[in-house]
Amino acid sequence: MAALTPISRKPLSVVLPTVAIAGGFLGMFVGAGQDNVLLGIVIGAALMAGLAWLYINVLDNERVARWITILGLAAIGFFFAGITGLIVGLLAGWFFAFFIFWLYEGRYRQKLLPYMTAGQVLWHYTFRVICGAIFVFLITPILVVLPLSFNAQDFFTFTPEMLRLDPEGYSLKHYRDFFTNNEWQRSFKNSLIIAPIATVISVTLGTLAAIGLSQSHVPGRRAIMGILISPMIVPLIISATGMFFFYSDIGRFLEGTLGMNKNFVGYVKVVLAHAVLGIPFVIITVTATLVGFDQSLTRAAANMGAGPVRTFFKIQMPLILPGVISGGLFAFITSFDEVVVVLFVGSASQKTLPWQMFTGLREQISPTILAVATILVVISIALLTTVELLRRRSERLRGLTPA
Amino acid sequence: MKITKTTLMASAIVAVAGAASAEEMTIVSWGGAYSKSQLKAYHEPYSEKTGVTILNDDSSAEAVAKLRAMNEAGNVTWDVVDVVAADAIRLCDEGLALEIDFDTQLAPAPDGTSASDDFGDLLVSDCFIPQIVYSTTFGYRTDLVGDNPPTEICAVFDLENYPGKRSLEKRPINNMEWALLCDGVAKDDVYDVLATPEGQDQALAKLDTIKDSVVWWSAGADTPQLLADGEVIMGSTYNGRLFSVIEEQKQPVAMLWDAQVFDLDGWIIPAGLSEERQQRALDYIMFATDTQRLADQAKYISYGPARASSAPLVGQHADLGIDMAPHMPTDPENAKNTFLYNYEFWADYRDDIDAKFQAWLAK
Amino acid sequence: MTDATQSGPMLAADGTPLKKSLARSLRRRKLRALALIAPLLLFVLLSFVIPIVSMLFRSVENGIVSQTLPLTVVELQNWDAESGELPDEALYAAFAKDMVAAIDAKEHTKLGSRLNYEQTGMSSMFRQSGRKIKRLDPEADAPFKEKLIEIHDGWGDVNIWRVIKTHAVPITNGYFLNAVDMQRTPEGAQAQPEDKRILIKLFGRTLFMSLIITGSCILLAYPISYLLANLPMRVSNMLMILVLLPFWTSLLVRTSAWKVMLQQQGVINETLVWLGFVADDARLVIINNQFGTIIAMTHILLPFMILPMYSVMQTIPPTYTRAAKSMGATNWTTFWRIYFPQSIPGIGAGSILVFILAIGYYITPEIVGGTKGVFISNRIAYHISSSLNWGLAAALGTILLAVVLLLYWCYDKIVGIDNVKLG
Repeated sequence: MAALTPISRKPLSVVLPTVAIAGGFLGMFVGAGQDNVLLGIVIGAALMAGLAWLYINVLDNERVARWITILGLAAIGFFFAGITGLIVGLLAGWFFAFFIFWLYEGRYRQKLLPYMTAGQVLWHYTFRVICGAIFVFLITPILVVLPLSFNAQDFFTFTPEMLRLDPEGYSLKHYRDFFTNNEWQRSFKNSLIIAPIATVISVTLGTLAAIGLSQSHVPGRRAIMGILISPMIVPLIISATGMFFFYSDIGRFLEGTLGMNKNFVGYVKVVLAHAVLGIPFVIITVTATLVGFDQSLTRAAANMGAGPVRTFFKIQMPLILPGVISGGLFAFITSFDEVVVVLFVGSASQKTLPWQMFTGLREQISPTILAVATILVVISIALLTTVELLRRRSERLRGLTPA
Repeated sequence: MKITKTTLMASAIVAVAGAASAEEMTIVSWGGAYSKSQLKAYHEPYSEKTGVTILNDDSSAEAVAKLRAMNEAGNVTWDVVDVVAADAIRLCDEGLALEIDFDTQLAPAPDGTSASDDFGDLLVSDCFIPQIVYSTTFGYRTDLVGDNPPTEICAVFDLENYPGKRSLEKRPINNMEWALLCDGVAKDDVYDVLATPEGQDQALAKLDTIKDSVVWWSAGADTPQLLADGEVIMGSTYNGRLFSVIEEQKQPVAMLWDAQVFDLDGWIIPAGLSEERQQRALDYIMFATDTQRLADQAKYISYGPARASSAPLVGQHADLGIDMAPHMPTDPENAKNTFLYNYEFWADYRDDIDAKFQAWLAK
Repeated sequence: MTDATQSGPMLAADGTPLKKSLARSLRRRKLRALALIAPLLLFVLLSFVIPIVSMLFRSVENGIVSQTLPLTVVELQNWDAESGELPDEALYAAFAKDMVAAIDAKEHTKLGSRLNYEQTGMSSMFRQSGRKIKRLDPEADAPFKEKLIEIHDGWGDVNIWRVIKTHAVPITNGYFLNAVDMQRTPEGAQAQPEDKRILIKLFGRTLFMSLIITGSCILLAYPISYLLANLPMRVSNMLMILVLLPFWTSLLVRTSAWKVMLQQQGVINETLVWLGFVADDARLVIINNQFGTIIAMTHILLPFMILPMYSVMQTIPPTYTRAAKSMGATNWTTFWRIYFPQSIPGIGAGSILVFILAIGYYITPEIVGGTKGVFISNRIAYHISSSLNWGLAAALGTILLAVVLLLYWCYDKIVGIDNVKLG
């Protein structure tokens, strides 16, 4: 529907000023680098407006125009600021080549509803830009962390060499440190052991309890709910000390009375403590999904002779799965990023990644932390993309048009 | 594999159920470069000599709270703990650390001087075996102070000649003393003045003059980072951190040793260990605090050994190959004007002055 | 209907009265629901609620004085604190006897630390006099009054005895009074001196900043969630990765990254100076103050706002807004009267989540908060791990918890806790 909106070319009186404003904006940055902002704005605006006029009236060949812009701006950038300028120039050239024709051909209306007014179209794109800015805010720290993790120095500082894109300023030594240092490896392994097990426990118990809670006529429902989500609302430092006492007793019982291995008991303690912290998230997400759950489905299943277990796995579970998964995600992150409780409940051999990072930040500055963060970001991008691709594939297989 | 082997050997010798833990001990320290220096100087030789496996736990920052919780729960899992002297006094007061008989439970100096004489005044608590002398002192950016590098402590309060931010620790200790010192109080009177409410107000008033230019730090790694960024022109931190910034990281930073505050870091043994573990902990302490071992640690980090007899043995840095003696806070050249942290005073006044200090900070 | 002829109660198929049968089935359902909840409830109760409650109980517990100095406490009952005169020999004798026993058990320094919270100097007094009192014999060395005063002149100070008497009660309100900037004195509860009042201020600041953080999270999360909910799934899922990525990045790393961004020589200031917007000597101060805390915490808590909002907005049918528009509503009216009211549960859920999480944070404010951006949790952490004043920490924690529970209760009344959705 949307793609059918007819588009028409726009007059130069609209295109040129808009392009000039954008050009002036770019010129401001370049001008700042050359210590003359005003001149930069003027030249940028004039250059871009001129280019647009040239492409529209003289050249009229979009492909050629695109290459001229990209290569031209890249050359100018290289002339002024070397490699960095080259990259900025390439990006800017690509953007302007797109932007000029996007405006001129009226392509910005292509995907919008045909009856939208000019004001609505403007708002539509302003809204997109605002959202874009918020997304930038969201990932800014990651954008900072990424280059810093290749820092050749042992500080969280952008060195002059780094800004010049000088290979001297970059190094892989923090990654090497992560992969060769025993402490990092051990703590990474510990996190990979503790977080999934804690997640499984909180998801299993949490889902069962949420199903119980969602049934009518549960006595003391609010109080129970309050108790179950209490781990989320008690300040962590209080939880940590409080839980320490309980888990010492448990530890003594398991080690002394049952004669279990000390190390194993240590893991049990941390896993249970993290499971408790993850439970509120599971409870909240799963009960929320169950609110919209149609109870007649389970009755229908029962009617047709399915037992409660079968009904649960065949009917209920698939339907509430999204809630369970997102609850599990929260629970996993809670454990994977938790530092206060593990400091108290854990002992040296259960040192987790956040703990190691915490000492890393406190006792000596080590960008190895940033390298770890980068690795985790890359892994999670890969994971999330895979999940999304799988989702699309299954939709295709089920014969649905991908949403 | 190695652990299994030692376990087997251990159970062969000691036919008790708890054999697996009999050859293992948990030593708590600060982590980072400091733990590494202990690993090289103490843990590795000790493990080699006795076959005991040493587990490191970087929890010293939480040691006081955790030890108290462990003690109340009756389940102390640590064998030896590295703490600063003030914490050791607190632990000793709380009955959480073992009292040590220095002359029988520590090694004498090579020339036969008893341990208590060798450590001398540094034995500030009955439970605490000093290991190093470190100092809290200032470092400054050589490229930001112009042609007039600071030589004395009051440069910190001199915004006219040294404009820019300075970093101070977010607690009253040390800052109050420096403030009084630069407000005209004689060094010997500082604690007498600080004991009075008027004296505390005086110190805070002095700090007030630079309050807007202060970045407050709480982790030891903060000041080095701030100096490296050029975010502050000068800042207080532990001298070993500054050594690493200057000599290992080659940053444009220099030391300001004037009015450095000496403090001690060392070992305590938690109270309430089983006889067997306590014996092992004492054995480790006897080994790790002898004259040679303390001098060895100075090869890896620029903190002064706590024994008088270790000082002449201090050699060169293990990696950089530079002489360590001139980088020690105790070196005569550096120690012309020093303070010794007044433990007794701060044990009493810490809560009171801290409340005032925090209220002042929040103003 | 066919039962019209039948008299008596309705019967189920097996012949039992229907009412009874229904009640039984209801009971069975209740039991089954409870059986599903029970394992988790027990787990949380045992491993979390009971330990926390016993931790919080420390805020009133004060047995240490009467346990360490049992005889002295009895004698103190007979001493008139208002008289301004020193206690008599009987009390000093009792005290000496108590102290010898306490020193033997190494309890006296603990008591000193406890009383030092109330009266500065008691810690060293107990420690120093302990060394000398140890050598006294509770029988042979009487009388004690002179001897003790000689050992430490503090024992000749009426005020010291008044402090001990004031704090000899086994259950005290002293910690709670301290937590609201008051103190327990022989004359009853009194305000702390002006220059030591900080905690009320911190409570106020914690609430205020958490509100601001929640507010800015709403402002930033609303457009994003709207966009995500209204884009085609394949696009919104890819954009969702951008929301989830910061979530996967350790809190510590994100906080340090903000430090790198915001400090005076940081990325933002450098860029602004480079662009000429800000003079080199007038760089913006956007860290180590409330602003820094607000930015960093807004960023950290933003996903907790976006996810619940998103899941609620996803369920809002687009037909309503279309209907409104077709009936001539303007864009604004459509949004404000039709769309916004339907998205309120999402805002509510996100807000309560963000607010509760914000109120208990302490690592981020500690790192970027400077002096004016720290929260009450920072003080709790300080009293737990540095000053060892656990009683005060527990009192602060109890008050904080009470505030949160009150909010939770209000939220449940207004929105209903079932409506909280997390995605």
